[in-house]
Amino acid sequence: MNNIAGNKPALVWITHLSVAFMVILWILPTLGLFVSSFRNADQIAGSGWWRALFPTEQTLTLRTGDPETQIQQGDIYVIEGNIFDEAGEGAPSQLSAWGTSSRDVSAYEPGDTAELNDGERLTIEADGAYRMESPQQMEGSRGQRVFVTGSVPPSLTFDNYQRVLFSGSTTDGMQKAFFNTLTVTIPATVIPILVAAFAAYALAWMDFKGRALLIALIVALLVVPLQLALIPLLKLHLNIGIGKGYMGVWLAHTGFGLPMAIYLLRNYIAGLPRDIIENARVDGATEFQIFTRIILPLSFPALASFAIFQFLWTWNDLLVAKVFLIDASGRTTVMTAQIVELMGTRGGDWEILATAAFVSIAVPLFVFFFMQKYLVRGLLAGSVK
Amino acid sequence: MGVDMAPALQGLLTIVIGIGACVAYFFGSNLLLDTLFPPRGPKAGRNTNIANLIRPWLFLFPALFALGLYLMYPVVETMRLSLTSRIPGGGYEWVGLANYAQMVQEPKFWEAMGNNLLWLLVVPGMATIFGLLAAQLTDRIGWGSIAKSIIFMPMAISFVGAAVIWKLVYDARPAGQDQIGILNAFVVWLGGEPETWLTIPFWNNFFLMVVLIWIQSGFAMVILSAALRGIPEETVEAAIIDGANPMQIFFKIKVPQIRSTIMVVWTTITVIVLKIFDIVFAMTNGQWGTQVLANYMYDKLFVARDWGIGSASAIVIMILVLPILVWNVRNARREMS
Repeated sequence: MNNIAGNKPALVWITHLSVAFMVILWILPTLGLFVSSFRNADQIAGSGWWRALFPTEQTLTLRTGDPETQIQQGDIYVIEGNIFDEAGEGAPSQLSAWGTSSRDVSAYEPGDTAELNDGERLTIEADGAYRMESPQQMEGSRGQRVFVTGSVPPSLTFDNYQRVLFSGSTTDGMQKAFFNTLTVTIPATVIPILVAAFAAYALAWMDFKGRALLIALIVALLVVPLQLALIPLLKLHLNIGIGKGYMGVWLAHTGFGLPMAIYLLRNYIAGLPRDIIENARVDGATEFQIFTRIILPLSFPALASFAIFQFLWTWNDLLVAKVFLIDASGRTTVMTAQIVELMGTRGGDWEILATAAFVSIAVPLFVFFFMQKYLVRGLLAGSVK
Repeated sequence: MGVDMAPALQGLLTIVIGIGACVAYFFGSNLLLDTLFPPRGPKAGRNTNIANLIRPWLFLFPALFALGLYLMYPVVETMRLSLTSRIPGGGYEWVGLANYAQMVQEPKFWEAMGNNLLWLLVVPGMATIFGLLAAQLTDRIGWGSIAKSIIFMPMAISFVGAAVIWKLVYDARPAGQDQIGILNAFVVWLGGEPETWLTIPFWNNFFLMVVLIWIQSGFAMVILSAALRGIPEETVEAAIIDGANPMQIFFKIKVPQIRSTIMVVWTTITVIVLKIFDIVFAMTNGQWGTQVLANYMYDKLFVARDWGIGSASAIVIMILVLPILVWNVRNARREMS
């Protein structure tokens, strides 16, 4: 049925173009952040990230050597050198135009000679070599100001990552928040799985009164907004002495993740072949043995699907961490919370913000690309039909 | 390294203890059951029946306990809190619907309600349409799976990460400077004036919605693509023989057959929209007329520290979710019977 379009070449082209358009639209925003995380503050503020991969025209304000460096050659005084010497890193190596007045920064071509005051003459070559001549001794403490226009080769840097990951800076450093996020995520992913798997097996393969009602309850709880749980549970945690901390956030994520876990696993386990389970029962296996020896190993794909879901959800979470984990000291801050903080305090510093954000989304993206199969399977099994 | 390793150890310990406790509970309770009611000996039949009656609940107990404590109790407690008010100095008093009455007099509440309605009208629909379009188109081209991966990718990105990504897209510099936000660069390239998109009243809501549409279209695409592939080929072939054009095949043959899946996608995204918090919190924090219910609630609970009104607004979100909850439960029951 996929060859309908094949009959009409125009339609095939439209399909290709529409998909290409959509893909570009979908990838551009992320690409922008990714590219920006490799540029320094000046580059980000100076030009759009889409120019980062091409050479850019830049005009620099530079100076010739000081009058102290002049030497006498016959009856003229000369200062010679390369105009790019003081420009530092990231400067152009070739110039396309230059000038001496801020009103016309590209008045001269490379190789031209400019007539300055007092009979001084300045010549600058394309590679930045210059020669300034004067009939009398040059005075002043600083060299002649020169505006140089040249194309800067694209340059990318790992400095931002260095700063965000390894500098240990308390405001920009994401190192602590990264480990905190990891500390939240792993127990919050592992603990619900076992609890849910047992319940899912009971709901799928055991006969008892109220089973249908319980399944309906799980389906209902799937959509209960966790916003309702914030205050009652925070009060509960404060009352029983857990307070704000890792234990609280682990328990909260476990509770909030259970409906999805049970629902997803039950759908999968209920679809396992009946023969296997009934044969085992006839052979005298206990329910516990059936569960641990047969159900668990066979359910691996569903367990993996849920694990990926729960991992993405807890890694990306902001609200639960803000309510149940992060106290006034901020020692237990997670990456999402720190990024929001950075947006407030360093809203204009895109190099830090982009890098911090990319550090936080890199792990989920990695998981996504390597385990997409399980994620898709989980989505298909987990959406209420 | 300067990193406090204690929480990591605590985490590891919690995993070990948590899993250990789970295994011990399930193993121990089953063993106990089999010892008390052994499925052999003179009363084997009766014992088996009793054990079969009890065992499901042993399997279910930890999950039900957690669900009861972490989801069901809070619903009741939030309802109770929404009807009480904190007495200065300690304790609570019953105030009936006073919190709700006060809430509906706040313009910010109605702003949040209005915006949530706008989100509901736009986001689930647009994400479903884009998802359907992407599913249909990518299924018929060679590089479709790569395209799918890219459109699906934002699903893995946190709302906060997405907020940063899109803030860069919307970034504005004064006119005359080089724009670094791609949207303004495009507008300027077309000859327009740069805008600070997130502060334009009313329309800024749509710029926030774009972020969620961008994230959720991939989800819609994955589900709908599976549904489209499940359509029996005969129906499509019959339509081709009858001379239907691709448009007709798509809208008259395919879409009606996956209508129930479209509804599933639409309702799932609707629930997400009703709870939307992070995007607004991170991008505008409800300023410039972009407040939504979940962020309004967060403000009330943790900034104004008014638990009464905060709980009342949480109940409003719950009430809005309720129709979908009922619909889902009915569908699930129909599926099972």
